[in-house]
Amino acid sequence: MFWEVVLLLLIVIAGTGGELCISRAMKAVGEVKDFRPVALFRVIGRAMHVGWMWIGFLLSIVAFLALLGALSIENVSFVVPVTAISYAAGTLGGKIFLKERVSPQRWAGVALVCLGVTLVFIGRK
Amino acid sequence: MKSSSGLHSKTFLLILLMVTFGPLGNALLSKGMKHVGTLTIRTFPDLLHILYQVFSSGVIWLGMGSLLMFFLSYMLVLSWADYSYVQPASSFAYGVVALWGHFLLHETVTPTRWLGVLIICVGVFVVGYTQPRTTEHN
Repeated sequence: MFWEVVLLLLIVIAGTGGELCISRAMKAVGEVKDFRPVALFRVIGRAMHVGWMWIGFLLSIVAFLALLGALSIENVSFVVPVTAISYAAGTLGGKIFLKERVSPQRWAGVALVCLGVTLVFIGRK
Repeated sequence: MKSSSGLHSKTFLLILLMVTFGPLGNALLSKGMKHVGTLTIRTFPDLLHILYQVFSSGVIWLGMGSLLMFFLSYMLVLSWADYSYVQPASSFAYGVVALWGHFLLHETVTPTRWLGVLIICVGVFVVGYTQPRTTEHN
């Protein structure tokens, strides 16, 4: 149980941190309007020059390895829904770190997601 | 100025790709990791042996390929949509992954867990009616 909790926390913390960093990097790159392969490669190339992208990659790798560890112990129908608790952290991070305006309706949705995650945890066999 | 419906369509398409490839990748990883078995790491050679087992599994590579597609879609959508919109909106993937777990991997999903997954999806539905972008771009 100890290692499961540690791995789940790593997935949530490193995963959310990584996504926030990647989001910040992609905002610096700018909106993608051209979806042709060459243009997409250029976008990826530009993104690779943003420091936040590399921090995001590193944190995402940590989260991925923790996910592999958790999936070796528990079912995917438990592990993945439980990690949805990162929604609360992500929305909070989006508000604080990326200065996004989060509406009360969006907060309500996130609260429902958290309730669902709690039930998934309670429904663990 | 970009039309709101165009922005919504583009966002919807990429979130659909995320919801398709994300759960598929996780289910494939789960299948691969179950073959590897419980991870017991006591020494450095143990770690190398496990890493070899993990990265020599074709199913795990398929899972990683699927997650790469998910990641590319995710990166693209984040270039215009708010993180606090994309993350909850893509949480339909949590419902899809439970379906994969139950029907493809034959996992036991309790009624309470199904209810939890359903509530997660309702949360997503609520979030889906908010604006995808709330910050100004340069």
